[in-house]
Amino acid sequence: MFLSILLQAAAENAHFGFAAIGAGIAALAAGIGIGRIGGDAMQAIARQPEATNDIRANMILAAALVEGAAMFGIVVGLLAMVL
Amino acid sequence: MKALIRATFLLFSVLFAGVSVAQHEGHEHAAGDTTHQHEMVATGAEAHAEHTEAHDEHATEKFDPGKMIMGHVTDEHGWHLWGHTSLPLPIIVYNTERGLSVFSSARFDHGHKTYGGYFLQEGKLLATDAPDGTDVHGATLNEALTAATWDVSITKNVLGMLVSIALMLIIFLSVAGGYRKRGVGAPKGLQSFIEPIILFVRDDVAKANIGPKYERFMPFLLTVFFFILINNLMGLIPIFPFGANVSGSISVTFALAAITFVLTLIHGNRHYWGHILAMPGVPKPVLLILTPVEILGVFLRPAILMIRLFANITAGHIIVLSFFALIFIFGEINAGLGWGVSVFSLAFTIFMSMLELLVAFIQAFVFTFLSAMYLGAAIEEPHHH
Repeated sequence: MFLSILLQAAAENAHFGFAAIGAGIAALAAGIGIGRIGGDAMQAIARQPEATNDIRANMILAAALVEGAAMFGIVVGLLAMVL
Repeated sequence: MKALIRATFLLFSVLFAGVSVAQHEGHEHAAGDTTHQHEMVATGAEAHAEHTEAHDEHATEKFDPGKMIMGHVTDEHGWHLWGHTSLPLPIIVYNTERGLSVFSSARFDHGHKTYGGYFLQEGKLLATDAPDGTDVHGATLNEALTAATWDVSITKNVLGMLVSIALMLIIFLSVAGGYRKRGVGAPKGLQSFIEPIILFVRDDVAKANIGPKYERFMPFLLTVFFFILINNLMGLIPIFPFGANVSGSISVTFALAAITFVLTLIHGNRHYWGHILAMPGVPKPVLLILTPVEILGVFLRPAILMIRLFANITAGHIIVLSFFALIFIFGEINAGLGWGVSVFSLAFTIFMSMLELLVAFIQAFVFTFLSAMYLGAAIEEPHHH
């Protein structure tokens, strides 16, 4: 009896839960992507310290692009909540 | 010239402050009044059903974090300052059947009443046949007239943009005046602050991506860079006249991305379109898949420019607002708990604001860099192998 009420409440508000999961996966994706970029950038700096400025500029650019992709997930999550 | 700019800025501020700052202590509505607090945006459908329950909550005015966050991040027809004080902004509506109407949004009584044949519902301006002053719940929506309505009001975002435009004019007209006075001599004052940034955009963004013909696009790239940067920074300052979430508004970022899109269309040369519609050196069967993807890419690239800026800025604002909302959520349970959480919230908000500052600069740079890259690709001359 309680289970059916719980199930019904969950089914009606499912879009909130899925939105939260989607946002979490987007954050996970951003973390993995930018972590890899940062790690490879640090290796490159270790190999060639005099290129630090160029590497840093490119790292920030690539990180912003990856974060843009992750933001798609955030926006879809927001849409799932509102629509 | 500087005096003229200052006078214009002062005029704008006087104009909008002069329109009476509406102030009302608490919700002093009659018992029979069926006004209700607008419930969470997400459950708009349940809003009407819940208004009877919300009426009982009028006295306690329970804190609604969703409403507070959405209210700060989205556009509105007045400018909410603090508590129950807000600055009413002019409503400018053009209806193809009724003509132009201009009046103060104070007439709407915070979205509770109709006026001039219009009323506000969840931020949207709708048309009605009800006489002035009718309560919003009694007003029937006239769909035909609503479809003929063009809402060109001065909203919070529009006023925020006007403020940033005024700021940009003040800064850059003074810098240009400095160059006119000093020529190639050593820069002084504001000029010495802006010059490295302009040179950075010229060398690392324009020249690197567009090549020898970069000068043509410098005004556009500089404008876009500084417009986005100043709006991002203004969105972080909570004090009027700053604090409008301009660059986090999808309409503003759409307009910026649309300008980039139109520029790439106009300046695209034969070589560019040739590469999109029939990429050379690719076998015919692959071309069947590649060409639709490339055409999709032409539209997708400005779209992702739009979403990247919008999502980054809005997400940052929502995070900071959520930390503040946490204080009030805990404060409702126990006042002491609220104070305790406020220390932790403040620390996190300061950290997030530092990150937001970094994001403000990075997003302005990335938008400009990618616009320059797309423009450079559009005007690239073929290099023969």
